[in-house]
Amino acid sequence: MDWGTLQAVLGGVNKHSTSIGKIWLTVLFIFRIMILVVAAEKVWGDEQQDFVCNTLQPGCKNVCYDHFFPISHIRLWALQLIFVSTPALLVAMHVAYTRHEKKRQFRNCEKINIEELKNEKIHIRGPLWWTYTSSIFFRIVFEAVFMYVFYYMYDGYQMPRLVKCDAWPCPNTVDCFVSRPTEKTTFTIFMLAVSGICMMLNLAELCYLVIKICIKESRKT
Amino acid sequence: MNWAGLYTVLSGVNRHSTAIGRIWLSVIFIFRIMVLVVAAESVWGDEKSAFTCNTQQPGCNSVCYDHFFPISHIRLWALQLILVTTPALLVAMHVAYQQHQEKKLLVLTGHADAKHMEEVKKHKMRIAGSLWWTYVCSVVFRLLFEAVFMYIFYMLYPGYQMMRLVKCEAYPCPNTVDCFISRPTEKTIFTVFMLVTSSVCIVLNMAELVYLVVRACARRSQHNSNPSSGKGSFYGHKHSSEYKQNEINQLLTEQDGSLKDMLRRNSGLQEKGDRCSAC
Repeated sequence: MDWGTLQAVLGGVNKHSTSIGKIWLTVLFIFRIMILVVAAEKVWGDEQQDFVCNTLQPGCKNVCYDHFFPISHIRLWALQLIFVSTPALLVAMHVAYTRHEKKRQFRNCEKINIEELKNEKIHIRGPLWWTYTSSIFFRIVFEAVFMYVFYYMYDGYQMPRLVKCDAWPCPNTVDCFVSRPTEKTTFTIFMLAVSGICMMLNLAELCYLVIKICIKESRKT
Repeated sequence: MNWAGLYTVLSGVNRHSTAIGRIWLSVIFIFRIMVLVVAAESVWGDEKSAFTCNTQQPGCNSVCYDHFFPISHIRLWALQLILVTTPALLVAMHVAYQQHQEKKLLVLTGHADAKHMEEVKKHKMRIAGSLWWTYVCSVVFRLLFEAVFMYIFYMLYPGYQMMRLVKCEAYPCPNTVDCFISRPTEKTIFTVFMLVTSSVCIVLNMAELVYLVVRACARRSQHNSNPSSGKGSFYGHKHSSEYKQNEINQLLTEQDGSLKDMLRRNSGLQEKGDRCSAC
């Protein structure tokens, strides 16, 4: 079970999304997951190995690394991507349930072709509209929460070159040097920017859905 | 055979599960297996190479690591996930057996055309009769395995927290030696995360168990309140899994003459004619 399988699972959701939703899914897979897998993981690959402290005291490096990096950027991004893509499965489950109900209704008459039913596009209205809107809302919440967690944990989005550590068993204060700080800062800002774009897309999709339903309601009355 | 292979195998079971069972399967694959593969494995990747002891004594590092980590978290989680997902295969096997019986019945009654065979394969099995017992057993085993592994984790790594420092005095370490663990905070975060998802899965399993029991009781009380009055209840009785299974067994051993009647009832063609309201 890896990113490829997640893509296969979410690919199915694509059929029932709005156009903005499809763009969002593409941005997620190409500019976030793919960048994470092909580039970012290598940049952070030697983060602990090449974290060097100016001391021979055994254990000091481990403790200082643990103190300054409670959870690595890569793991946080992986969790963020998993949480952000999962609400789409709510929509997939609702669509599957709607189809199942339709099949049950028409199975006795055998009038509707089962294959046709499978390929028929389900319109986003009624309870499905609520499920879809909730999923977008959760996506926005998760994105915001993770952006805040990043900001809070790493005091801004920049990777320092040098950190000063005085945790036991380091003798006094020790200089520790982070590996590839500029490259890490570049990727952090890139992932932040794409995360911002995804949030904008989600907000736009939310507005679009709300406006569409308001227009429909006003037409009805 | 890797996690993707397991995913393929278990996706088939999904069709015959309850709604809660499907949610449970999604939680297992996305929040446990996927997090294990894409995140947790890299956190524990350097657990031995970055385990540092404050000594130059050869062998002390290895001995202390082995003493404090008899079995790594990652391997325990992998075992837990495999054992927890496997009972679902009992259900898959039972469904396959029932489908095989139905196909045999079709062959014996001379209705072995492609259309009927496809229908046997495609139609969803109702969780009733012996399948209900198999399903309930699989859920009970899942619960048992989850609980056992959570207990093992607690016994091996008290408090679910990863220490930054452990003091080791196993031979050949001279006296007591300080050993430092790599990435303890990150490891604690992931341990707690996996513990929480494990608890969520336990709750889902218990909910599924309660749902199955309540549904069976409701069905039984409905059946008891309409014992043998009218066609509807007789029909309902005729459709129960045990009755169907008895009929199939009888057919296979005796090859009785009233086959067409039985086949008609089993495929529910008459039912379609009676109940079609949307035509």
